[in-house]
Amino acid sequence: MPDCFIVSPSIDTVSAGDVASTRKQQGWIYRYSTLVRVSHWVNVLCLAILLMSGLQIFNAHPALYWGEDSDFERPVLSIYTAFTAEGRPIGMTSILGRSFDTTGVLGRSELNGRPVQRAFPGWITIPSVQDLATGRVWHFFFAWLFVVNGVGYLSYSIVSRRFARDLLPHREQWKHVGGAIRDHLTPRLHRGMNAADYNLIQRLSYLVVILALAPLVVLSGLTMSPAVDAAAPWLLDAFGGRQSARTMHFITTWLLTLFVFVHVVMVLVSGFLNNIRSMITGWYAIESERRLP
Amino acid sequence: MMKHPVLFNRRRFFATGAAGAAGLVLGGCDRLSAAPTFRDFLTRAEGLSQRVQRALLGRGALAREYLVADISETFRANGSQGAENLPPGYIELAQRGFASWQLQVDGLVMKQVTFSIADLRALPARTQITRHDCVEGWSCIGSWTGPQLSTILDRVGLRPEARFIVFRCADELPRYVGGANPFYESLDLIDAFHPQTILAYDMNGAQLPLAHGAPLRLRVERQLGYKMAKFLTRIEVVDRLDHIGGGHGGTWEDNGYEWYAGI
Repeated sequence: MPDCFIVSPSIDTVSAGDVASTRKQQGWIYRYSTLVRVSHWVNVLCLAILLMSGLQIFNAHPALYWGEDSDFERPVLSIYTAFTAEGRPIGMTSILGRSFDTTGVLGRSELNGRPVQRAFPGWITIPSVQDLATGRVWHFFFAWLFVVNGVGYLSYSIVSRRFARDLLPHREQWKHVGGAIRDHLTPRLHRGMNAADYNLIQRLSYLVVILALAPLVVLSGLTMSPAVDAAAPWLLDAFGGRQSARTMHFITTWLLTLFVFVHVVMVLVSGFLNNIRSMITGWYAIESERRLP
Repeated sequence: MMKHPVLFNRRRFFATGAAGAAGLVLGGCDRLSAAPTFRDFLTRAEGLSQRVQRALLGRGALAREYLVADISETFRANGSQGAENLPPGYIELAQRGFASWQLQVDGLVMKQVTFSIADLRALPARTQITRHDCVEGWSCIGSWTGPQLSTILDRVGLRPEARFIVFRCADELPRYVGGANPFYESLDLIDAFHPQTILAYDMNGAQLPLAHGAPLRLRVERQLGYKMAKFLTRIEVVDRLDHIGGGHGGTWEDNGYEWYAGI
């Protein structure tokens, strides 16, 4: 919780000081500031649209390569439609030379009740039909929003020192690495005051996402731009070429999606209503410590 | 015992809710994509990309040039590649080595000039080994030779009101065969006078193949492949683009793609 603090007068509670102190007595903490809450939901919107419009763009040439150029005979990954001996079309996915039948989802799926031959199915692309030009329009608009939102959030967190306080693991936590991992592997969740503070694993996951995955997905995306490559050729060297950058963009996208999936599962199992309320209103209820039913 | 049904109902409630929301979002996105005002709003990002990229680039920054060893074994040809996209008689023109082919340069110029392929080959040429980035996502590296566009523009002389260079092509979208809607494309003066913007007549040391736009194609190395018009027939200097074709500055642009293809 990047903005967890026991209630004190803040911008968000200017004229609500009384309410705040009452709430504090009742076991509430003001967990997220307005800026963090807004940037969180903007981020939700951006990530969803970037994933779906990105898969639309990927569908225009559903193959990935390593290096500067595309060795069409040797893709790292490709999704295509093949035909069985009887001439029946099947969806295939090939990763590092090994092929899998992925009919129904990848390579061949249904769109509006009709079978279509496309890499990612219509229910996960924007627009749902194949339309590269429109996918690009969505992608670049929300890419800008994602960057502006992310830079805004990060500079605010650093300046307000919340980044150091809430996300950087503190010395105490490093001393109990083993316990933290063990804690995380057992299905026991903290709901009391412990839940008001991020544990080591949480801090490290957020740091990896904020400092590694998010910059990587932006930079690998930019490296696909011929103009950016002319302005900053070092990006090509950093990724090992434009096609490597495209592959990295794809991999980083799915790592971020995996993070979102785990994040949502944790939100659901650790008190969904309390969590979602705190990300909407800022207020998080501290329950007395007890085992989950 | 009492808790379980409630829990399941709640789960089902959220699952149904999530699926419903996803459906709404998707259907909503499709409807929004089709709404011109919303699309216009999203395309504002294009202007932002263009301004930021141009500011970072400066006028002169060069696209990376590669070594002969880096040239791709297979250089994919995209878009128009042969007879089905070319007007009647073009294949015969190619078979006769484009002997009667001419490039006309006109519009807002001091003097209109017509170049034959021999005239173009007599001009100072630039050879560059560059990476071709397709909007679809793939890249190929090839070597291109031809005069810089700036050489040609200096030869004809631009009038002060000149703002854009329009490239007229021989190829057509298949459904337009009959010659009604040949391809066109355009650049502003920043990219037109960039040192790597050339009119290529040779590819990988040999005459430009038909599939790559023989006898002459545009190379604009800091933008995507769809800007690099093939099968050139005429270059027109203009002050605005809205009265040409669909008004967006090119055939691809009239079909929804960005005019500035640096990203």
